[in-house]
Amino acid sequence: MHRVTIVLCTAALGAFCLGCGKGKGKAVSVIGSTSVQLFAEMLAEEFNKRQPEGSNAYVEVQGGGSTAGIQAVNNGIAEIGMCSRELKPEETGLTPIPIARDGIAVIVYKDNPVSGLSRAQIRDVFAGKITNWKDVGGSGKPIRLITREEGSGTREAFTHLVMGSSRIAGSAMTQESNGAVRELVIHDPAAIGYMSLGLVGKELKTLTVDGVVPSAADVINGTYPLVRPFLFVVKDTPGEGAQRFIDFVLSDRGQQMLEKEGLVRVK
Amino acid sequence: MSRPRVRAAIRWLCTLAKRVNQETLVSVVLTAMALTAVSGLAVITAFIFKEGLPLIMKVGLKDFILSSDWHPLEGKFGIFPMVVGSLAVTAGAMVIGLIFGLGGAILLTQFCPPRLVSILKPSIELLAGIPSVVYGFMGVVILVPFIREHIGGPGLSVLAASIVLGIMVLPTVISISVDALQAVPRPYREGSIALGATEWQTTHMVMLRAARSGIVAAVILGMGRAVGETMAVIMVAGNTVALPHSPLDSVRTLTSNIALEMAYAAGDHRKALFATGVTLFVIIMILNTIALRFSRRRAGGTRSR
Repeated sequence: MHRVTIVLCTAALGAFCLGCGKGKGKAVSVIGSTSVQLFAEMLAEEFNKRQPEGSNAYVEVQGGGSTAGIQAVNNGIAEIGMCSRELKPEETGLTPIPIARDGIAVIVYKDNPVSGLSRAQIRDVFAGKITNWKDVGGSGKPIRLITREEGSGTREAFTHLVMGSSRIAGSAMTQESNGAVRELVIHDPAAIGYMSLGLVGKELKTLTVDGVVPSAADVINGTYPLVRPFLFVVKDTPGEGAQRFIDFVLSDRGQQMLEKEGLVRVK
Repeated sequence: MSRPRVRAAIRWLCTLAKRVNQETLVSVVLTAMALTAVSGLAVITAFIFKEGLPLIMKVGLKDFILSSDWHPLEGKFGIFPMVVGSLAVTAGAMVIGLIFGLGGAILLTQFCPPRLVSILKPSIELLAGIPSVVYGFMGVVILVPFIREHIGGPGLSVLAASIVLGIMVLPTVISISVDALQAVPRPYREGSIALGATEWQTTHMVMLRAARSGIVAAVILGMGRAVGETMAVIMVAGNTVALPHSPLDSVRTLTSNIALEMAYAAGDHRKALFATGVTLFVIIMILNTIALRFSRRRAGGTRSR
């Protein structure tokens, strides 16, 4: 009985040790903004599929947020960080590589009669100065604000582009991802939120900002005011695998894929 | 490691085991295992206090707990709305948990035919095995729209979180209350019935009183679970950093504050989240200590029967 157990244990250990030796090569890990994550996953899948036989480069994508991504690159946990805002002055020693541009859409329930707001109006709404839809030409419902959590790249870009020195009101409900914001606004007739333009989909109404419809074309020619960069962030010189992934993302094929998903190409 | 070496190592361990007294060996191994679990607690405690306490000192305990300004990027760390949020949601959950949990426990021990018990009890225990994200999802899909349309407010609210948590604590409350009620000596019940009391009179005048401390322990352990629950609460509470004025307002709890902002936090912000954890830790420790005291008293009572 004992002997059988010992043999089994040994076999298991042996198999485990053999297993360690094989496996794939070192993964290029890409960590950061949830706004960029979906697109990066798609690019990574295509990149991994295109690797020639025998090549051991492959890319792994994780979320976590812009700030977390930058930290991960700084600590050497990730080779590439994803960031959905401009780097801050104190985030030094890193090289930002713009991979695309994205609009921030201001979204409301699909049957909301309001079709557009000015940037000043959006600021007052999110600062809690305008609290009822009738003050901006809508129904008499109180406005329900939906925002992202502190530190989110989308929130930081929105604050930077719209809020100026005002703060987002404390009464705003906080959701932890683009998807969660979207889910809430789809079902709540009185809600207003903001999210990545590339992820909006069809069940929502996007408001015009300063009279400009948010569309890829208007992001390109610069008329839509709420635009932010999507960055890959690297430290020093990226490794061979990471560099190949970056080259792929910036290649015509990679840029086309991003464009098809509603982002705006940089090349 | 190569295979022959592993085999040699195991063989060596076996001969060692034969030489040492087997009883001693087993007790040493078991002690080591138990200590590993306890040292986990010690490490967690030491770590969150080490990370969190300096910030509380820096901000000041009073400003940290009693200020309502939570603007971590501007260096303002006041967690009062979250403390209130946690307490409000927990209180609501306990009202629901107590009413339904105690009702269920009374039914199961006093009024229910044994065959029904054998169906009901396992299904209640099954509730404990459902992952919290599933509760949260059900809350978002069914409960939140219902509250928004029929009661008012944004739907994501103290009320929604309380109901979801109330259901989640039911297994804890019911199974411990059932144990407490079953621990009441049989002669109490028989004596009461013999004196001419009805079933219900016996239940609320004799059984519930005799089992009181156990029921209190059940409620407090349920509270511990409700205070600590995170995922379901993030999904249904709305996470507003503001003091709630009614059960229909949305709130943020201490746990959701940590979980929401952890991914992004750096520097003092991150420390503030650990400090939030310290606050939570203290609250849960207090609750558990109270529960332990009550259940000790109960154990003492049972022994004297």
